[in-house]
Amino acid sequence: MTEGRTDPMTDKFISIEGITKRFTAPGSGSTIVFEELWLSMARGEFVCIIGHSGCGKTTVLNILAGLDVPSAGAVIVDNEAIEGPSLDRAVIFQSHALLPWLTVMGNVTYAVSSKWRFMSKENLHRQAQKFIDLVGLTGAEHKRPSELSGGMKQRVGIARALSIEPKIMLMDEPFSALDALTRGTLQDEVRRICTETGQTVFMITHDVDEAIYLADRVLLMTNGPNAVLAEIVENPLPKRRRREDVHRHPLYYGVRNHIIDFLVTRSKNFAGEMRDKNFDRRAVPMVRPGAPPGEPARPASSDTTDPTPAAAAEAPVTPARPGLIQGGRA
Amino acid sequence: MSAPLWLRAAVVSVVLFIAFILAWHVATRGAGPVARMDPEYAKLMGATATEGKSAMPGPLEVGAKLWEHLQHPFYDNGPNDKGIGIQLAYSIARVTAGYLLAVAVAIPIGFLIGMSPLMSRALDPFIQVLKPISPLAWMPLALYTIKDSSLSSIFVIFICSVWPMLLNTAFGVAAVRKEWLNVARTLEVGTFRRAFTIILPAAAPTILTGMRISIGIAWLVIVAAEMLVGGTGIGYFVWNEWNNLSITNVITAILVIGIIGMLLDQILARITRLVTFPE
Repeated sequence: MTEGRTDPMTDKFISIEGITKRFTAPGSGSTIVFEELWLSMARGEFVCIIGHSGCGKTTVLNILAGLDVPSAGAVIVDNEAIEGPSLDRAVIFQSHALLPWLTVMGNVTYAVSSKWRFMSKENLHRQAQKFIDLVGLTGAEHKRPSELSGGMKQRVGIARALSIEPKIMLMDEPFSALDALTRGTLQDEVRRICTETGQTVFMITHDVDEAIYLADRVLLMTNGPNAVLAEIVENPLPKRRRREDVHRHPLYYGVRNHIIDFLVTRSKNFAGEMRDKNFDRRAVPMVRPGAPPGEPARPASSDTTDPTPAAAAEAPVTPARPGLIQGGRA
Repeated sequence: MSAPLWLRAAVVSVVLFIAFILAWHVATRGAGPVARMDPEYAKLMGATATEGKSAMPGPLEVGAKLWEHLQHPFYDNGPNDKGIGIQLAYSIARVTAGYLLAVAVAIPIGFLIGMSPLMSRALDPFIQVLKPISPLAWMPLALYTIKDSSLSSIFVIFICSVWPMLLNTAFGVAAVRKEWLNVARTLEVGTFRRAFTIILPAAAPTILTGMRISIGIAWLVIVAAEMLVGGTGIGYFVWNEWNNLSITNVITAILVIGIIGMLLDQILARITRLVTFPE
């Protein structure tokens, strides 16, 4: 399951350490958006985060990007606490956020020249062209964003983010404004590019199928306010998956149903579950729906030094429908 | 099948123009009663009383005068008799000087106000008080301190054109989309580069709109200012011709003021179109 990548338990490329976001509303005290979020990610890992609106997903992403600061806690990337935005962490915005007065080439070169300030014009151009080609926009270099379709605009956004060769890509619902066909194509592209380049990706999505298709791990967040990272679903599908047959994989519906069950019911009533299970925010249960019972899921402990096999033993959550598990074992 | 809209509009414009000229011509044709009077006395009277002519010049007279001015726009027969071209050049030079000065002051301060909420609030009371002051109210103070009538009129142009540019720049800068600023932040773009590569192009259409309003106001004010300071300029020309009781020249000047104002506006409109980006 961890083919080609290091174990997130040992390689803490990104380590989110107990971040909390609080808003102080005048008069009415403070609202906690999410509380004490612990998570670590390995290099080259693709993580999707799912949760209902208002659970603070975007805030988590903005904190990772350095565009927002947590009220408590810290984020460490590559052994350095992050302080503000950085060229190491590229953001793909939901609204694509292209500069409308620049052409496609202009938008990408703007990013490239921000990273390499003294690069010659020729090299800037070459670097930008490379990523414009990579996202399949060859020939559209001199168009302005207003002349592009939604999918093409988002491609430019992806090219811009990739062109600065970041350590991490942060994507905020990058495909949610696109029609289904374009979304599918772009998911394929992003998957291809990220696998080829070994990019570490943190992505917000609302689309369960998208998460299963793209992610190595899917983070499930409870409803806000006071949202918590409830569970980490390890994707049991093979790393090499193809859109054509991914949904026929025997474990596919096990994972899908598990996530949907969480979103529909458990995300609302998770407080009770937390009480019953003596929930440890630093060792969020890691589950592998539909996996053979022989393979235990482990806690995705981010910083915890105490070995808590007890928590791990409690962690596996079986999917609601037994029939699908059988399918998984078949 | 009908003609394109612009053609139909042009036809209507021409018809309206002809109708206006005809009405004007008829109204000033003059068939008033001619009073019988002593020839000695008649010499003291105007053509209205002796020949029944209209006191108002007709379109033909104004047209002839305009033609005359256009043929010799730059003659100079001493302080009180200069060609309309020279007078206009003086006015345009003053407007340009005051206006450019205003651009140099308003755009940086507008940036400051737009980028800093602190400065925005701190400067707001001053702007609110200074903005509604009629530019001509500054004239005595300007004459007293600058002690030069021509520079004073430039100052008046400056002070009247600074406000729309300042407010529009501040508004445009403050309204730059957060996502574009976030792009700059994630790319670690420095303050100056951000100001020039993100904020300036994003706010340019709004800034140019302010500049367009300003040039209009500046051209309105220069006529009044030159009537006060005298000496040269199209405003002085109008007042001088009024003192000469040459209504024909006054009407000609009014027409020319309108045309120059339109040209100035069109120039700014053209530039605005250049910096406007479709979204």
